[in-house]
Amino acid sequence: MTAVLEAEGLGKRYGRRWALRECTLTIPSGHVVGLVGPNGAGKSTLLNLAVGLLAPTQGKLRVFGNVPAKDPDQLARVGFVAQDTPTYASLSVADHLKLGSRLNPKWDSALAESRIKQLGLDPHQKAGKLSGGQRAQLALTLAIAKRPEILILDEPVASLDPLARREFLQILMETVAEHDVSVVLSSHLVADIERVCDYLVVLVSSRVQLTGELEDLLATHHRLIGPRIESDATIENQCVIEASHTDRQSTVLVRSDGPVLDRAWTIEPVSLEDLVLAYMGQGKNDERGTSSKAQE
Amino acid sequence: MIWLAWRQFRAQTYVVLGLLVVMAVAFALTGPHLVHLYDTTVATCGAHNDCSSVQTSFLHHDRILQGSNFLLLLGPALLGIFWGAPLIARELESGTYRLAWSQSVTRSRWIVTKFCLVGLLSMIATGLLSFMVTWWSSPIDRLRDNPFGLFDERDIVPVAYVLFALALGTVLGALIRRTLPAMFATLAGYVAVRFAFTEWIRVRFAPLLHTIVRFQAPGQNVTSGQGLPSNPGDWIVSANTVNASGKIVGHFGGIGPNGEVNFRGTESGATYFVGVGKCPNKIPAPPVGSRGNVSSPPPAVQHAIQKCINSFHLRSILSYQPTSRYWMFQWYELTIFIVMALLLASVAWWWVRRRLS
Repeated sequence: MTAVLEAEGLGKRYGRRWALRECTLTIPSGHVVGLVGPNGAGKSTLLNLAVGLLAPTQGKLRVFGNVPAKDPDQLARVGFVAQDTPTYASLSVADHLKLGSRLNPKWDSALAESRIKQLGLDPHQKAGKLSGGQRAQLALTLAIAKRPEILILDEPVASLDPLARREFLQILMETVAEHDVSVVLSSHLVADIERVCDYLVVLVSSRVQLTGELEDLLATHHRLIGPRIESDATIENQCVIEASHTDRQSTVLVRSDGPVLDRAWTIEPVSLEDLVLAYMGQGKNDERGTSSKAQE
Repeated sequence: MIWLAWRQFRAQTYVVLGLLVVMAVAFALTGPHLVHLYDTTVATCGAHNDCSSVQTSFLHHDRILQGSNFLLLLGPALLGIFWGAPLIARELESGTYRLAWSQSVTRSRWIVTKFCLVGLLSMIATGLLSFMVTWWSSPIDRLRDNPFGLFDERDIVPVAYVLFALALGTVLGALIRRTLPAMFATLAGYVAVRFAFTEWIRVRFAPLLHTIVRFQAPGQNVTSGQGLPSNPGDWIVSANTVNASGKIVGHFGGIGPNGEVNFRGTESGATYFVGVGKCPNKIPAPPVGSRGNVSSPPPAVQHAIQKCINSFHLRSILSYQPTSRYWMFQWYELTIFIVMALLLASVAWWWVRRRLS
């Protein structure tokens, strides 16, 4: 398994504020990777660093083993759809395709044109007059027709309505199936991730809380419901991620390192949403723990 | 990349080109007539002894087109503001830089191509405008004979000004990252630098030449500075009056800050040369009514006045840049502004490559 993206102790500071700090992460190739995390976790900063729009303040980041955006070759290997999907308002759809063909050596103009036709976009329309969904589609078309080896999308559907969002992700999936391309997609909506991704990275305050193939993660995590236990109790063979207690019963989300031995527990599968939220909560607790320690 | 840069500037270029064509037509229609008028009236007026009225009426011709001087003054600043400042700032502001920089073209090439294309276009446009205005105005300029007065609206320097304005706008846009503030900053910076050159720096391109003559009373060929010996077309920097010990006592070929030559009589019959001292000789009373300013007194009075003036050993010093240095100064100023422009453009290039991240 080769890595498309490797970060080591990566940090980015704006003035005195750290947008990303001490981030260490490896993303394997051949996946559609969902990068989730709360607002301000550093998702966007990480992706902008990966395409070379930002330069790291500290640490190291490699994409295909190279410094991002170091030369035209490296730029050609990475497709990027930025947040809010910027396009030139005064340039037409056709102009944007021409821009793509002039600025990218591996440009696939047949692909670009058929995508525009399929989307029903008028080539003569100015990009400034497109709807948010159409603009996102245009930006995606530019990134895909560039024929990159990795496609990086920074919250591409954040500003889209549910229908446009579904369409966008649909087309993204078709592209991935058709062309051999790795995808890294950030979102704070777990439903989007669930629809398209097969690999998950949960990022909370620059720290990777959870990473792995979606199927494995769902298969190894369970919700256990049983009689009330002490809040700091451990369960044999299980790693407790999150526990909540009522007077009489406890609900525990665990990562199973082996079969559940205690017959008192009822085992239920866990949804991706619950899984992500549990790890995000854990990340927040860790953070509080360290900050309170720092105060002492 | 050239295609994108051109595509982004196509519309603006056509507007400027359109304006140039309109001006070219206006100049072409009126220019030959102006030359003809000069040849038939101004050049021959000496024979009819009515030069001043002929010249005045000639200078009043095509006043609107003479406003093109103003356009040459304004043009480089406008291009710096409307082409230079948004060059990077607008991309940063609208977020389109993220689209541009994720194509397979390095940032370095992106900014170099954009700047070179826009630089070339604006230098061509300004060059054409300057050429047209210089050509059209040549009869008027010949009559006015004040090349240094129109130094920055003629010949080659406007081409350097526009490149400088553009580079200034580009770098300020990159640093400020907002189009509108960058435009204002460009205007302020450009005006400040140009003002500094016009007022203080240009005159120091070469050491001044000096003409020193004995101070003469008005009425004897000397009227407030202009009468000092100089070639028409010289750039008169100062005309000072200096006393025997070398101290400056007056300007503009006279005494005091306004360059007047006044005499004041007292009750005792003595006469004072105002601002200098008491005359050693007696000065006959001037004709009725004029006790002060001497315009055209009778010869006896003139003689006495000159004698009084001579007793103070005053000298007039004329400091000037000769008209023969005009082209040397044009090349100096062109070179300096182009070098400054290239330095600013390098800063913008470095900033885009290294700092905008």
